Amino acid sequence: MKLSTNFLKDYVDIDVDVKTLAEDMTRVGNEYDEAGKLLDASKLVIGKVIECKMHPDSDHLHVCKVDVGNEVLNIVCGAPNVREGLKVIVALDGAVLPGVTVKAGGIIEKEDKPRVIKRGMVRGEESNGMLCSMLELGLEHKYADEADKTGIHELPEDAPIGEDPIKYMGMDDSVIDFDLTANRGDLLSILGMAYEVGAIYDKKVKDIDLTHGENKENINDSFKLEINTDNCSIFLARKVKNIVIKESPAFIKNRLIASGIRPINNVVDISNYVMLETGQPLHFYDADTLNGMIEVRMADNGEHLKTLDGKERTLSEEDIVISDGKRAIGLAGVMGGLDTEITDKTKNVIIESAIFDGIKIRMTSKEILRSEASSRFEKGLDPNRTYVAMERACKLLEEYAQGEVVGGIAKYDKENLKNREIDITFENINNILGMNIAKKDVLDVFRRLGFDTIINGKKSEYKENEKDLEKIEKILVSVPRRRGDISIKEDLIEEVGRIYGVDNIVGRLPEMPMKEGSYDKVTRGIRNKMVDLGLNETLSYILVNDKEAKYFTKDNTELVSLLDPMTEERNTLRHSILPSLLKIYEYNKARSNKDVSVFEIGKAFYKLGEEYGETNKLAVLMSGDFYLGLNKKQVDFYIIKGIMEEILDYLGYGGRYSLVIKEDKIPDELHPGQSALISLNGDMIGCIGRVHPSLEKDGVYVLEIDLDKLLSKKVGKMKYKEVSKFPTVNKDLAVVVDKDVTSEEIAMVIKKAGGSSLSKIDVFDVYTGKGIEDNKKSIAYSLTFEKMDRTLTDEEINESLGKIIEMLEKKLGAELRK
Amino acid sequence: MEENISKIKEEALNEIKNSEDAKKLNDVRVKYLGKKGELTSILRGMGSLSPEERPIIGSKVNEVRDELEGLIKQREEEFSKLELEKKLKEEKIDITLPSKKVKRGSKHPLNRIIEEVEDLFVSMGYDVVTGPELETDEYCFERLNLPKGHPARDMQDSFYITEEYLLRTQTSAVQARTMMANEEKTPIRVICPGKTYRRDDDATHSHQFSQVEGLVVDKNISLADLKGTLEVFVRKLLGENLELRFRPSYFPFTEPSYEVDVSCFKCGGKGCNLCKQTGWIEVLGSGIVHPNVLKMGGYDPEKYSGFAFGTGLDRLAMFKYGITDIRLLYQNDVRFLNQFDRLDR
Repeated sequence: MKLSTNFLKDYVDIDVDVKTLAEDMTRVGNEYDEAGKLLDASKLVIGKVIECKMHPDSDHLHVCKVDVGNEVLNIVCGAPNVREGLKVIVALDGAVLPGVTVKAGGIIEKEDKPRVIKRGMVRGEESNGMLCSMLELGLEHKYADEADKTGIHELPEDAPIGEDPIKYMGMDDSVIDFDLTANRGDLLSILGMAYEVGAIYDKKVKDIDLTHGENKENINDSFKLEINTDNCSIFLARKVKNIVIKESPAFIKNRLIASGIRPINNVVDISNYVMLETGQPLHFYDADTLNGMIEVRMADNGEHLKTLDGKERTLSEEDIVISDGKRAIGLAGVMGGLDTEITDKTKNVIIESAIFDGIKIRMTSKEILRSEASSRFEKGLDPNRTYVAMERACKLLEEYAQGEVVGGIAKYDKENLKNREIDITFENINNILGMNIAKKDVLDVFRRLGFDTIINGKKSEYKENEKDLEKIEKILVSVPRRRGDISIKEDLIEEVGRIYGVDNIVGRLPEMPMKEGSYDKVTRGIRNKMVDLGLNETLSYILVNDKEAKYFTKDNTELVSLLDPMTEERNTLRHSILPSLLKIYEYNKARSNKDVSVFEIGKAFYKLGEEYGETNKLAVLMSGDFYLGLNKKQVDFYIIKGIMEEILDYLGYGGRYSLVIKEDKIPDELHPGQSALISLNGDMIGCIGRVHPSLEKDGVYVLEIDLDKLLSKKVGKMKYKEVSKFPTVNKDLAVVVDKDVTSEEIAMVIKKAGGSSLSKIDVFDVYTGKGIEDNKKSIAYSLTFEKMDRTLTDEEINESLGKIIEMLEKKLGAELRK
Repeated sequence: MEENISKIKEEALNEIKNSEDAKKLNDVRVKYLGKKGELTSILRGMGSLSPEERPIIGSKVNEVRDELEGLIKQREEEFSKLELEKKLKEEKIDITLPSKKVKRGSKHPLNRIIEEVEDLFVSMGYDVVTGPELETDEYCFERLNLPKGHPARDMQDSFYITEEYLLRTQTSAVQARTMMANEEKTPIRVICPGKTYRRDDDATHSHQFSQVEGLVVDKNISLADLKGTLEVFVRKLLGENLELRFRPSYFPFTEPSYEVDVSCFKCGGKGCNLCKQTGWIEVLGSGIVHPNVLKMGGYDPEKYSGFAFGTGLDRLAMFKYGITDIRLLYQNDVRFLNQFDRLDR
């Protein structure tokens, strides 16, 4: 909402500069984006061109002699419309204009710094200032006329030489552009602003002038109103005859411009002007195009209407429509119809002042168009103003369009115009604000706001002192309908806080029983462990494109897609974190960050049948070099497998998990020969492996664990396990087996054959090549033997070894490597 | 005889003085003081002396021997010192060569902030709670006093999945869940950090961002409790001595509602480019829980009151670490991530 301070001053007397006003409004909850002069230019005077010659050294420049009152200045001007006798706006030497450059056709380019006009030479001719277009003074393009767009501004012949042109044009106004909160629909009007400003500075709001004459006819004799929907609570219509369409007076045009609305003609401008003043949107119909009636009803599905902007609209039964009994003539609260609009030929006008259901208007305007009117209906209106706006429009049409107001009002009114009455106690207020505001100060806030207060059944004259109020606990506050945002006592408490101020509240901590707070220690533990292992934590977008959304998953769930995505790249929720990590990998790779070892704990999503769900997951991606202790190593499967084991062991699942290869269940995005599912007590909790080369050529390894599944498996408390007091014995053993035999299979055989004294089996070398047959490999193990109660003898160990070798030969066809 | 001893002494002293290294010195020691050494032989040959001479010569020899031994020891120490010096010189290394270390990873800056906020509130007895990111319209809006068609819904342009499901636009959604989950309707003290989503993307807005929400419900909770709590929060996170300013605002789920400004932590309130010359920076949204929200959560607004607050963690992380573009938080450049392995003191 752009607030013209000149307009505001019609209704409240204030004497503060625009910045102060903007700041004071902010302090009571009304933030602003910008505040400043409508036209921010200095050192301007009205001048008259008394001589205009072509510049001797240019085909378009003119050299002018300009009378500015106290002197005659030589000024070079490039505008095509400069001519002898023209009254012009002169920026004198030292004038500061807004930072804009006006290009051909009036196109404005904004600059950071203001523009300073200096005396100088233009191609050898002295120039002591500049003749200006309104665009150069900061007027927006849409308000400028042709002369301003192509040349300089042309002032009327009677403009007084030597005076301030901005003042002369009545454009010495300041504007505050407010960013209002959604509940304060009342501030979308000058009157509403006046009440708010009046409350801040303790000023009374002036009455609005509604006086006008009316003829002896009665509108109800020739005009019928029919309301056939509950979505219109009040509808008023009056008729004004014999209007004269012309240009609006300057003050109306200037105020519309300051408020951001383009002037059209006096009649259209008056409807906008009254909307700005009262907040009540009006619609004017050309009475002679109507069929003697107006009907408000819900539209038929598929009904057509050509709106003011010339567009054909197809309506639905959710839209409120205005009809003249024969056809739709307007989209209620949003936009009028083309057929019945005010034209240059319009003579007689029907004024509509009505309230339509905000939610319905909101839905229609979302589909079709947001307008100044629809945004006011959405936020709610004061039904009293429906009457005020109607009369105000009559008054202005009579005064500025020579209209003749027809007697009577066509009226439909199901609104309750009474104030809302709310009980409140002084204790309520101080308990919530945590302050100790005196009772008379509370009353004073309501007085400033223009609310009546009823104490012991009697309307307060606001003359009570604190002693009079000593025994009073409860009051009744009567809230005018203009403040539609106030309906419960908490709203009144906010008003007291707003106007009285809450800067003096002394902060304290809530008095609550001591207790230990709780948080998710497991997630924190996983994060700490992953960081200790040397991985960087990432935080990625959960939105990916629909092609990647199901990467690294293989199940029967469906995509979770956005109804209205911002981009196709992010139109679907991920089912796995890995596609997000893959994007991060690519981002880093493009910046030559080759070593990427990252993890993320986050959500993945799915749709199963009609149910939507989300899962907490831990994902890891590793590529390039990785620090293993002190050494950098190229990441391979076994490194990421180590990460997996570390985290599962850390969480207490040691000995309960294994890797399983189920070819049909392994995600297609993994390398079939270097990947596996992770099984925990028989349940699949995730996958691990190298990214399929068709997706990523470099060695990129990933791991993902479903944390919800994993953590649902209970683990026991951490307990100390006794260590043997007796020395351990180490024996090395190298066997040659077929290439397909896995290390795990060998270890199982060794473990079974080794018996209880075999406490540890480690692989320390895998070898293929010279000395080993092509389809074979050699694996070397370091075996540790120990007993809890005694030292093992050589005989015992050799016996165990012999048994191990025998079983390896028997079960796996292994040969002892010599 | 005595003359002979003196002569030996002279010679020995000379040789000790002139010996060039530890080995030569040892040769000298053997030559004079060894088993077959010159001085030792005199003692051996004492048998040929008269009984009167023996003690005299004997003590003389011992005297000379002690003197020589002392000198040799002294000389030996000099040599070992020299040798040590030489060795130390040889062992000199280039300490500017790169170090050897075990590399740790790093936590994402947003999660660092979340952990910091969690630790602070847990220490004050709050529980950290979470809720779904794929939320229902009911919990994200309706139970927060934002019925369908409410104009304030425009404040948050949402990503809908269906008419009912959407990505949550605010962690406030967890308010209703927490109240509903508390079946005994006992007092509540929770914070909820988490990811939120809105249709917005530029240098200061990301379609995905993080918030932390706080909710306290008990008897007699007031704006003063809110202010005190936020003072602790803001001062811990952004700096001691910061002042708070409550600016009236509007959120459908609180009444009264306040935007909370913090005195500019860059300029101390004098005015700078960060605070746009105002001296204040808007950091939080907050207020007293709206009675409708309490009612929908099963709490009687006549008996209970509460406060709620929420803040964007991305902005806090940007302030705290001097990050100028929000996108850096989500690009996850490892050169960026690597910087966050430092104790924040």
